Amino acid sequence: MKVDDLVKELDLKVFCGKNGLQEEITGGYTSDLLSDVMGHIEEGMIWITMQTHQNILAVATLKDVAAVLIVNGASPDEETLKKGEGENIPVLGTSYASFEITGKIYQLLQKA
Amino acid sequence: MQFKFELEGGNFSKAGYASSQIKKVLKQLSIDSHIIKRVVVALYEAEVNVVAHAWRGIVQAEIDADKISLILQDEGPGIPDIDQAMQEGFSTASPAVREMGFGAGMGLPNMKKNVDELKIESKVDEGTTVRMTTYFSVKGE
Repeated sequence: MKVDDLVKELDLKVFCGKNGLQEEITGGYTSDLLSDVMGHIEEGMIWITMQTHQNILAVATLKDVAAVLIVNGASPDEETLKKGEGENIPVLGTSYASFEITGKIYQLLQKA
Repeated sequence: MQFKFELEGGNFSKAGYASSQIKKVLKQLSIDSHIIKRVVVALYEAEVNVVAHAWRGIVQAEIDADKISLILQDEGPGIPDIDQAMQEGFSTASPAVREMGFGAGMGLPNMKKNVDELKIESKVDEGTTVRMTTYFSVKGE
């Protein structure tokens, strides 16, 4: 499933990084601890988090994730947006909490 | 090839810059992508440690045909008990740093897991030097 398909399916907001919307999502990882994400997320996964500061972009690009999804209706910080414009990793948003959106994405990826 | 980057205590916007530059160089050198990922995880953690704990520091990277050596030298509070600091879950990070999702006590263990050699020297109230080496081919080959 492409990032773009997931955006449409779950009505996700696209904050920045539109160039990466055609990337394939291979799985997902839900965590707000950056070292945990560094240690466990794999290339092509979607990262679900409540963190909004610019270091999420550093982690996302270093690990080549497919997209970052910010939960609870939060928006990325201004610096994150500014930096994110130049990156190819979409930063997405949803009003759902981590638990719910993770469940929904998991189901969609199982079907795909 | 040698590279040098500067880090500033508390300036999280700079954390990750050295890692992303080194990642680009290693990619250009066609180093195995698994090895690149591991090097980059370790270097990022080390960068964050300097920014989260020290006053200032420098990152020096030396890339040879068979290995990459990374040295992070900081001026800072130092680590009184390195064995304790190496334990998973042990952290002295400030509440503000924890709020950002750092300071879970996973940094040093992550570094150890992802490099072939890790050496830490530290003097309290002076600073810490971290040396990490990763070989591009399996050792002994």
